[in-house]
Amino acid sequence: MTTNNKWLTINEAHRLLESRQISSVELTRVYLERIEQIEPKVHAVVSVTGELALEQAQKADKRITGGEADSLTGIPVLIKDNMCTKGIRTTCSSKMLENFVPPYNATVVERLNDCDAVIVGKANMDEFAMGSSTENSAMFPTCNPWDLSRVPGGSSGGSASAVAAGEAVYALGSDTGGSIRQPAGFCSVVGLKPTYGRVSRYGLVAFASSLDQIGPLTQDVTDCALVLNAIAGDDSRDSTSVPHPVPDYTRCLSGDLKGLRLGVPREYFVEGMQAEVATAVRSAIGELEGLGASVDWDVTLPSTPYALAVYYIIAPSEASANLARYDGVKYGFSYEADSMWEAMQKTRQYGFGAEVKRRIMLGTYALSAGYYDAWYLKAQKVRTLIRQEFDKAFEKYDALLTPTSPTVPFKIGEKMDDPLQMYLSDVCTLPINIAGVPALSIPAGFADGLPIGMQIIGKPFSEETLLNIAYAFEQATDWQKKKPLI
Amino acid sequence: MKLSREEVLHIARLAKLGLDEAELSRFSEQLSNILGNFEVLQKVDTSGVSPTAQSVSLQNVLRDDEAAPSLPPGEILANAPREDEGCFRVRAVLE
Repeated sequence: MTTNNKWLTINEAHRLLESRQISSVELTRVYLERIEQIEPKVHAVVSVTGELALEQAQKADKRITGGEADSLTGIPVLIKDNMCTKGIRTTCSSKMLENFVPPYNATVVERLNDCDAVIVGKANMDEFAMGSSTENSAMFPTCNPWDLSRVPGGSSGGSASAVAAGEAVYALGSDTGGSIRQPAGFCSVVGLKPTYGRVSRYGLVAFASSLDQIGPLTQDVTDCALVLNAIAGDDSRDSTSVPHPVPDYTRCLSGDLKGLRLGVPREYFVEGMQAEVATAVRSAIGELEGLGASVDWDVTLPSTPYALAVYYIIAPSEASANLARYDGVKYGFSYEADSMWEAMQKTRQYGFGAEVKRRIMLGTYALSAGYYDAWYLKAQKVRTLIRQEFDKAFEKYDALLTPTSPTVPFKIGEKMDDPLQMYLSDVCTLPINIAGVPALSIPAGFADGLPIGMQIIGKPFSEETLLNIAYAFEQATDWQKKKPLI
Repeated sequence: MKLSREEVLHIARLAKLGLDEAELSRFSEQLSNILGNFEVLQKVDTSGVSPTAQSVSLQNVLRDDEAAPSLPPGEILANAPREDEGCFRVRAVLE
């Protein structure tokens, strides 16, 4: 359901703050109240950081009155609970880290702090970012504000639903196989996974080191560009961050698509996908054609069907290594037992949820002696093929357009019995992480009141192109203006 | 494909993951099903294709070996389940 609930964008909030029509403390109180009001229905927030938020708001107000405000100064943000926030519990929605308080800030958090942003809380997620529905959270499932009986998507389900429901002006999420884009599509917000290496992963609790990226979830494209401006850029503490210059991403938002060559890869309109989603996305692509872009409606990326297998071998393999550190020795949940090995085994048995254990086991198997070549190495080679197909496509096209997800948000509990069914909800987003290219999901319509997202994929470091295409689409339609009645 | 109970126990041992009987049988079934679906990769022609480990073209990202302050021990030990004289206390590794 939709209303004229009009939540402030970053841009609008910034103008109100700069002109002193509202103070950051007042604005922050509005959002803290909103969180209190909405949380019993949506459950998007693991930890509300009210005290910290008001302190930061006061600091922001001083900066604003001093005339030194940044675009993000004094504006409430929610941070996905897998990004370290110094002195604030960071749980990854897992029992394993339920009481873990990081002694340092993630780089992205530092960058937001440098802007004097206001952190109102830590957002719920699938445990250790493993999932597509936020149902794997060890805390509680999050409910989609558009229909509380349905999932918000995952793993950044808390971030996406909070932005949709007006619990924060924007949020940060992370994306390993679609975890920003798919929930953005399910909640009708804008979600961007930047090029691998565009944003520092320092302080992001690692899931799959060659796939993870942090990105914004916002109400519109301009806001997305503003957040990317703040968080992008290389970092000496993340050796996979790329020293590619950071432009002002708002400068590319001309809305002019003339001469742009767009392609539609047929493999993304998967067999068995929901008909209304296919129709809505094709209609959205038609809109872009009408705005002056040339569209090739039948591009082929033949290795796409293998992306599911490639991802669900590589990601769990990397996860099995990254999650080996959770042994109850230095931090986190720790089971007391007589022997060291038993203590570790039981710590991991009781500290991790089912999906996490499943993936650790998949990864351990794929990397184990006798199986490494057939599984992990093979997947890495098919990964090369997938990347090469994208590279070739980007010689002819400036961007590729696909649905973000094959269906609208599904019911809570619907896919929990069969892990493979859950994995299939990411088929449109997985190949992008495998190739390391950037992609954005933008609201593109509704089916029976449930959100549909369109995905725009670009070549490495082409975020400006993606944002501009999304901006043009946004100006010509009004999907992003609709808000859930909640 | 079917993973045997022994294979699943072996994987769990490698991963230091305790499993109860219910988990053992449930995971055996689920992992067998998942891997069975992924066997399709074996059919892909990857002759002459090198593996991709990461998607950036960076190599040997190093820094100068300069000493700099690290986190204070007190902060690092703050999350320790068991702490003793500034160390993490664990069960005996060697008998």
